Amino acid sequence: MSEIRLQQLTKRFQNLLAVDRVDLEVAPGEVMCLLGPSGCGKTTTLRMIAGLESATDGNILIAGKRVNDLPARERNVAMTFQFYALYPSLTVAENLAYPLHADGLSRTQINERIAQVSKVLDLEGILKRRPHQLGEGEKQRVAVGRSIVRQPTCFLFDEPLSRLDIQLRQQMRTQIKEVLEKLDKPTVIVTHDQIEALTMADRIAVMRDGRIEQVATPHDLFAYPVNTFVAGFIGTPQMNLVEATLRAVEDGPDGTARGRFDLLGESFAARVEPGVRRLPAGGRVTLGVRPRSFVLAPPGGEETLRATLDLVEPMGAELLLHLLQHGSDLRCVVRHTTRVTVGETVGLRCKPGQLHVFDENGALVQ
Amino acid sequence: MASREVRAIGQAGWGRTLGAAAISLIYFFPVLFIIMTAFKTRSDALAWPIKFIFTPTLSNFISVFFRVTVEGGAAEATGFGLYFFNSLFIGGTSVLLALIIGTSAAYGFSRFPLRGNDTYLFMILTTRMMPPIIAIIPIFVLFNVFGLSGTYIGIIALYTAFNLPFSIWMVKSFFDDLDRDMEDAARMDGSSEWKVFRKICLPQVYAGLAATFVFAVILTWNEFVFALLLTGTQTRTVPVQIVRTIGGALGVDWGLLSALETLFIIPVVLVTFALQNQLLRGVTFGTIRR
Repeated sequence: MSEIRLQQLTKRFQNLLAVDRVDLEVAPGEVMCLLGPSGCGKTTTLRMIAGLESATDGNILIAGKRVNDLPARERNVAMTFQFYALYPSLTVAENLAYPLHADGLSRTQINERIAQVSKVLDLEGILKRRPHQLGEGEKQRVAVGRSIVRQPTCFLFDEPLSRLDIQLRQQMRTQIKEVLEKLDKPTVIVTHDQIEALTMADRIAVMRDGRIEQVATPHDLFAYPVNTFVAGFIGTPQMNLVEATLRAVEDGPDGTARGRFDLLGESFAARVEPGVRRLPAGGRVTLGVRPRSFVLAPPGGEETLRATLDLVEPMGAELLLHLLQHGSDLRCVVRHTTRVTVGETVGLRCKPGQLHVFDENGALVQ
Repeated sequence: MASREVRAIGQAGWGRTLGAAAISLIYFFPVLFIIMTAFKTRSDALAWPIKFIFTPTLSNFISVFFRVTVEGGAAEATGFGLYFFNSLFIGGTSVLLALIIGTSAAYGFSRFPLRGNDTYLFMILTTRMMPPIIAIIPIFVLFNVFGLSGTYIGIIALYTAFNLPFSIWMVKSFFDDLDRDMEDAARMDGSSEWKVFRKICLPQVYAGLAATFVFAVILTWNEFVFALLLTGTQTRTVPVQIVRTIGGALGVDWGLLSALETLFIIPVVLVTFALQNQLLRGVTFGTIRR
């Protein structure tokens, strides 16, 4: 089977450690997104898999074979580039045929393949055009076509949708996903757009400063971010992360744990994961609550946080509320029918089971 | 408010068009003057004020190739056919050679930089930093030692070397401006380095090569100093022979000289004209970002 396996993969550019001991496995048929802010090493990792960048250390295995020392042309890996990288002097059909020539296929075989691919990607009408005569969406489809036209061992995509406008982006997302599902090959997609990652990936590897912070399914990444970085990076609007002091963990109803915290002099209690019991009382923690995990409640009571409404941002079906709680900014999403006035004091209650507690090192406590 | 005719943006009015025409005429006037003189008889050519209306004659063009050199003698071939051939052959060969070698070198400098790449590039250019007349003494000696004086190989080699720095620098800048992703894509698609160069990079710099070609042709076509000292009677180029034609028993024959000049600029005009679209794209290369 043709899986991709990275072992302790490292890339150093002079003094810069771009990729730092990355371990990752992508199974056949699996779509893995490398997600992270710019400069986190995700593109360098992709280029090393492709063979366009040499690895300083570690192993790259494709289908069980170490390919570190193979040049790109011998790795049989297909890659789609951010700026498409279509060959400007060739027509669409010639662009699609280019990788096939290198494989030494006959004219009829080539035409057959081109016909197949152009049908899948709806390129039949533009085969005779040159890249500069194409729209962004068409260029993107040709680029995808060029990578699926031959039978590579795996697929790599570098920011595949970043150049498209929102509408085309949604269309292409679905189209690429459909195409990828039919191919039983490992796929790696590099993106800085979490929506893209969350919608297209089977699993996501979140990267920061050359290291992988977490590899998980989109759901797990969202529900159990391993640390404050991942928690803050995944999800829009961003998760509220507030520093607090753990006072005590009590027994809640039905054997659940209930944590009491001090937030800037105010006390706050909510259901927490049982693992929080192991944290020392009086220790520093970071509380994470997603904006959609807050509900408005009348102020007062120890389960609500008192905050002042500072700004209301309409987001269509929802309102994004910016609230000030003793100087720190909290975000909360409510339905657009909610009646609120700027300046009023409201209470925020966390939905049960949706409070994330991170220890003093920023790691999730479960 | 008085209504004013609204003009489409990007369209010049008559005033500006005429202004531009007048200015370009000033630039073009010397050339025009030479072409007119080429068709004038000797007395028309010397007439003052300048005659703009005259009966044209082809006699000057005929005398370029056949004329009476000894008083009372018969018209003889002047050998200009050979000199034109020499100019075309020497210029064309050396410019093409410089372009081929220069393109390979430029690709190397751009894609496979050496340690101290910039130093090499600088050193290449130093040969063009001094006036040719300074370099002529050692070159003259070299040519005599190696028996290259007066040979085609000698002058072609010299002109090739003379065009190389410029070709390397110019073509390198075109390669530098290319999108590297495209080359990476080709590598991933199974291309060897040679194929990346030949099929992906080279076609994208054709416009730049054309621009380099035209500039090199103009420089070489008009070169005088080296040609004067290093060509022999059989390999002499047109600029040298033009100078030798000035003078004579009856003073300067302006009509004859102008006819020579007119014939002399034709190849350059043709080359430039044929490549003008490429040339425009070439000189604006890289100024428009994707």
